[in-house]
Amino acid sequence: MTTSLEDGVMMKAEGLAKSFVLHNQGGVRLDVFSGLDLQVSRGECLILAGPSGAGKSSLLRSLYANYKPQAGSVLVRHDDTVVDLCSAEPYEILEVRRRTLGYVSQFLRVIPRVPTIDLVVEPLTVRGVDPAEARERAGTLLARLRIPEALWGLPPATFSGGEQQRVNIAMTFVQDYPILLLDEPTASLDLENRRTVTDLIDEARQRGAAIVGIFHDAEVRAAVGTRSYDLTERKAA
Amino acid sequence: MTARAPLLQVRGLTHRYGRQVGCRDVSFDLHPGEVLGIVGESGSGKTTLLKCVSGQMQPSEGEVAYRTRDIGTVDVYGMTEARRRMLMRTDWGIVYQNARDGLRMKVSAGANVGERLMAIGDRNYGHIRNEAVDWLERVEMDIGRIDDLPGTFSGGMQQRLQIARNLVTKPRLVFMDEPTSGLDVSVQARLLDLIRGLVGSLGIACVVVTHDLGVVRLLSHRLMVMKGGRVVEQGLTDQVLDDPQHPYTQLLVSSILPV
Repeated sequence: MTTSLEDGVMMKAEGLAKSFVLHNQGGVRLDVFSGLDLQVSRGECLILAGPSGAGKSSLLRSLYANYKPQAGSVLVRHDDTVVDLCSAEPYEILEVRRRTLGYVSQFLRVIPRVPTIDLVVEPLTVRGVDPAEARERAGTLLARLRIPEALWGLPPATFSGGEQQRVNIAMTFVQDYPILLLDEPTASLDLENRRTVTDLIDEARQRGAAIVGIFHDAEVRAAVGTRSYDLTERKAA
Repeated sequence: MTARAPLLQVRGLTHRYGRQVGCRDVSFDLHPGEVLGIVGESGSGKTTLLKCVSGQMQPSEGEVAYRTRDIGTVDVYGMTEARRRMLMRTDWGIVYQNARDGLRMKVSAGANVGERLMAIGDRNYGHIRNEAVDWLERVEMDIGRIDDLPGTFSGGMQQRLQIARNLVTKPRLVFMDEPTSGLDVSVQARLLDLIRGLVGSLGIACVVVTHDLGVVRLLSHRLMVMKGGRVVEQGLTDQVLDDPQHPYTQLLVSSILPV
């Protein structure tokens, strides 16, 4: 198995396989994909393509180590080292997620009753950014994403779907991750906000981030994508 | 990546109550600053495991090794009782489900916090009082009630007091047994956020036993699932909860009632 990455490659999956066995539903086995290879380099935005059910989200979650692949490796460039997320210890995976690997899920999942601004500030203060500066950066981003300042002190539980999604985006984009995994970040946004998020993604790519994303909106795909990867033929028989 | 030396090493831990088995052949490492959640139904052996690992009950078999600040790695059950108690008072903390097990109910809130400092040799009353005030503030308690007895506090405040009492000696390792179970849901969320913030900012390693999967999702980095005294599955918390492999874990995760 490879333990190094070529120049510029930030993430590389090799021989990746994912299946689910539903033990409490008669042991049904669902094969999602197998023998999957892909890599993404600095400054690239790889679009995962394929119809609903092709396994795009399962792949993205496997790349984040949120799902446990049955075989293969996911190599990530982390500082000066290469970490295989499929064999790393939990604390190593968390360290990679803290500084290297950002993920925007489809749904916001946060601690109840924590104010929005604190949710966006926290990833920065955890990394040692001065609290005042962290607040400044969080505020700038929330404003750019059109979350009214009157809402910053409130927990996002009562926000609209689109507002929650923008808070979710802010929690990840507040820091400059070297690698970003995006699962339909623009799904429930109006045109104006979709454009803002498109800009954020493109700016991240231009500063050198390696991005893997799922976007159902063709316009967004065209605006941010540099390459695409079709999962249809990868689907395990 | 530099592998950090584990703080706690548990190997082959088994405990029997007569012919009943409490927990069976459990092994794990805990790293500095790492929060380990242990979940399972009643009778799965999680509290037995916590007691054995935290120096409260000698296991029938197996070893618990702890890396101290000053004298290297020690065998928790190989040392004298006096030394083990000293370790538990200084470097460790234990937060009980029932605050009455962890607090002295006949002395004031301030004294409950100050007592732990006196136990490690602090004799300066002014310093002890200041530290007590500081910690009561950090757990968001009303300083005006520093001289009140714990029995006059609500359940949530008693848990805050227990946490302050444990953290005042700056432990490196804290054990928690169902820390939020007896509380109203509204109090739970605040307390969980408080625990998460303190544990994270102080870099304390934790072992948290609970039957509540929501608690471990918020607090723990790593998760162990127990059934019938054995660990049936373990790994990164969100991976175990979102992609459970073992039939029992799948059952557990799919049994959460939607709100």
